[in-house]
Amino acid sequence: MSYLEVLKLAVPEAIVVLTGLVVLAVDLLELRELPMRLRLGIGAMISGAGCLVAIGWMLALPEQGNLADGMLVADPLTRLVKIALLVLAIFTIVISLETDFTPHVGEYFALILLAVVGMMFLVGAEDILMIFISLELTSLSLYILTAFDKRSVKSAEAALKYFLFGGMAAAFTLFGLSLLYGLSGATNLGQIAAAIHGPTLDPLLLVAIVMTVIGFGFKVAAVPFHLWAPDAYEGAPTPSAAFIASGSKVAGFFIFAKVMMIGFAGAEGSGAWQAYVPGWVPVLAVVAAASMVLGNFVAIVQDSVRRLLAYSAIAHAGYMILGVMACGSQGLGPLVYYVITYAVTTLGAFGVVSVVQRQTGGDRLADFAGLSRRAPILSFCMMIFMLSLAGIPPLAGFFGKFYLFAAAMRTGPKEFGLLWLVALAVATSAVSLYYYLQVLKQIYVRESPANAGVLRTPVSSLAGVALLATLVVVLGCTPNLLLAKLACTVPSPMAAGVAK
Amino acid sequence: MLAWTIYISFLGVLALMVLPASKAPAARTIALLSAVGGFAVALASFFHFKANDTIEITNADWIPALGIRYHLAADGISMVLVLLTGLAAITGILFSWNIEHRAREFFAFYLVLIGGVYGVFLSFDLFLLFVFYELAIIPKYFLIAIWGSTRREYGAMKLALYSFIGSAMVFVGLIAVYVAAGARTMDLAELAGFHFSHNFQMWAFPLVFVGFAILAGLWPFHTWAPTGHVAAPTAASMLLAGVVMKLGAYGCLRVALTLFPLGLESWGFSVLGFGSWADVLSVMAVVGIVYGAMVALVQKDFKFVIGYSSVSHMGFVLLGLLTLNTTGLSGAVLQMFSHGIIAGLLFAVVGRMVYDRTHTRDLGELQTMHLSKLIPFAAVTFTVAAMASMGLPGFSGFVAELQVLVGAWAAFPTLAVLAGLGILIGVAYTLRALQKAFFGEQEDVERSAPTQTMGHPALMPITVPERAGALLLMGTTLWIGLFPGTLLNLIATSFNSPLFEWVKKGAGP
Repeated sequence: MSYLEVLKLAVPEAIVVLTGLVVLAVDLLELRELPMRLRLGIGAMISGAGCLVAIGWMLALPEQGNLADGMLVADPLTRLVKIALLVLAIFTIVISLETDFTPHVGEYFALILLAVVGMMFLVGAEDILMIFISLELTSLSLYILTAFDKRSVKSAEAALKYFLFGGMAAAFTLFGLSLLYGLSGATNLGQIAAAIHGPTLDPLLLVAIVMTVIGFGFKVAAVPFHLWAPDAYEGAPTPSAAFIASGSKVAGFFIFAKVMMIGFAGAEGSGAWQAYVPGWVPVLAVVAAASMVLGNFVAIVQDSVRRLLAYSAIAHAGYMILGVMACGSQGLGPLVYYVITYAVTTLGAFGVVSVVQRQTGGDRLADFAGLSRRAPILSFCMMIFMLSLAGIPPLAGFFGKFYLFAAAMRTGPKEFGLLWLVALAVATSAVSLYYYLQVLKQIYVRESPANAGVLRTPVSSLAGVALLATLVVVLGCTPNLLLAKLACTVPSPMAAGVAK
Repeated sequence: MLAWTIYISFLGVLALMVLPASKAPAARTIALLSAVGGFAVALASFFHFKANDTIEITNADWIPALGIRYHLAADGISMVLVLLTGLAAITGILFSWNIEHRAREFFAFYLVLIGGVYGVFLSFDLFLLFVFYELAIIPKYFLIAIWGSTRREYGAMKLALYSFIGSAMVFVGLIAVYVAAGARTMDLAELAGFHFSHNFQMWAFPLVFVGFAILAGLWPFHTWAPTGHVAAPTAASMLLAGVVMKLGAYGCLRVALTLFPLGLESWGFSVLGFGSWADVLSVMAVVGIVYGAMVALVQKDFKFVIGYSSVSHMGFVLLGLLTLNTTGLSGAVLQMFSHGIIAGLLFAVVGRMVYDRTHTRDLGELQTMHLSKLIPFAAVTFTVAAMASMGLPGFSGFVAELQVLVGAWAAFPTLAVLAGLGILIGVAYTLRALQKAFFGEQEDVERSAPTQTMGHPALMPITVPERAGALLLMGTTLWIGLFPGTLLNLIATSFNSPLFEWVKKGAGP
């Protein structure tokens, strides 16, 4: 292995890091005196351009390789996920254009870019050391992004909560990973799987599984490790919250699935009804069921749209864990499709919330009353996002659910073993329509307050949100666009883990 | 060509979206044009359609990775229901000609619903069918919640949740079918030819059948229907009763019965005299017929009478489906068409002609108004609709319900007698409503004459669109009543297609 090889594989990450540094430097040296809007505009332009260059690089010069036993892996699937992450980052930057929560423009954009770099490394790692380091880079950037609104007490509280829970979860993860290392003597996921593979499950391995699940469960906000999410979603500056809800979810779930699928290959067990076999699948089944039920039912009583989105995110994490459980036999395709479309949808929803909150001063349900008369296009986009989250065809969320649940249904040694979990997921998603309709009811049915005029929607936000909405519709009507890419990237089940 | 019924509706939606919000007359015209366009396409195909035929419309790859295809086709059953949808769409728009409040959005939601309904009737791929089926849920919510009357937000939410819970049940069944058949195809014909295990069909059948039947108003899951119908604006209640409830029944026939015929076989044991799902469900259907009629008999709200009558009449459809013989099944499909027309007519009179003018639906109040003198056209229309609804010979209701009863007589004689009882009660509540609403008692007139002339100044005369819509629907119910063969022939021969192998095998009790 030479450094040139490392560099070649890590060019996209390097581009993003450099962009982050450039944004910092330019803001510090040149932009201090300029008006706020211009500073934001230039900073966003540089950061966005950096992300675009990185995307362009990956598209133009697709590299493939596996360095130092999975320290840095590049293959078509990781490339797809990295591109998705960069696109999400660009949209986050677009949403940030019309905010005024901070004068520290350079630092803000640099942190977003650093978080993206963390996520990109996370996606490309198959080594527990590398996974942990990237996880920490991502998390630390996100903690700061959450706390970025220094004038708001809520922002500080949210960040502290996020940080404390996150630190704890990191400790659990590290503990789990060190047990894994102790059991197997290796840090590469594939080698770990080969070492722990045996006729019976080591009790220590079970502890390691539980610890790792706790760590990742925190990252993806699954019950019972979700407590930080509602506060972070509500308190953080809107673009930060949007990024936590979208980018961090994508990277988190991708690596979660990879660790489970490759690292714990052979220790799946079974979560089938009345055919329980210990392993990581039953552990996840419990977490998934709890997330779906709690997320969907608690979301019903929320009055703040952001908290509602947070609980909806918890519920969706439950659905996505079904995808993690399925990836052992069905590959990562359904999960990746679901998590990407979910991220696009929720990012768009936060974009709308951001505009409304700036104009009306709040994110209560009542603040959305009569929005369809005040901002028709924005409202229409919000309708698309909400209905997609509820899983109404022909939007992306519906096809995602079908694909994911069908994969989950096929999982397991017994036919229809996970039927109970799929049925629960569909049933709770029927519940979820209620609260998504609550939001739409305010927007379309209720009358706006008497003194409310037309809502001023900034062009950049409107364009960003409209693009995301279009993406949701297009991906829903022609899922093949993404599926075709996934089909040729998804390694055949198990092969990835066993071959190495 | 039939696919254009769907596309024209959605093109209409697009046209409405780019229209400036203030132009209500233009919105109405666009909506009417696209509804007429859809109906014209349906009618043209209807005349070209030969009995015993299935027309392939399109069959293209949609999601090849999963074997899901964009497969539209039509057999006689689809053809009849598409025709019904076209008629309901046009008359619904004619009866909402007076909508001024957010007219553009109203017609946009309306056309999305219509497009979805056309789509369901024409889909021969299970996945596609489900996509259109769910697509139709959301516009209903907004139509009722925004433009409705009595407790509209409650009624709308109830309806949306019931529909969605029903479709969630179907969704689970659909995923299970897909997985059980090897996750290669969603094509209805291929799935129908696949031999699912007996055990699988035993649990999948009730799941999917009940899931669809919730939307068809199956007792005891019917409660969304009366509240939803009452809360809905006229056009929406016409569509709800006219075509949306048919979606549920159509799903039962096209999906549940076709894919899981073994689900109707005997359990091998009996509980309280029930030996199979067919027994359980047919009893539920008959309870729906009788119970719906009895509740309709005591309603004070004119619209609730019609709402419960829908539950009762839809019971006939479900009963007909469960008979599993060609007579009963054809009767069920004909009853879908017939009830679609009659319910549309009844709701049009109640919602548009009466309520929009008098602003009350209380039968006690209407009794004092002598509407037969004030708006004679409404009285005539309602009388005709009532006769059709009661099942008088010469109207479509008679042919359809007779067929169902004959079919049911062969399958479940006792239940057929009880369902006949339901018809009798039907006569009672229809006459009661007719008499109270339009022909108030003579003594009342003399007693309250001075007050009521002051209280109720002359009502707006019946407008041209209303007359046109009413005549269209009355003409149709008479046409089917007098020449039932035109539709029955198409319907009955459809059951010869390979999709309906199970009818010939005579599965069931």
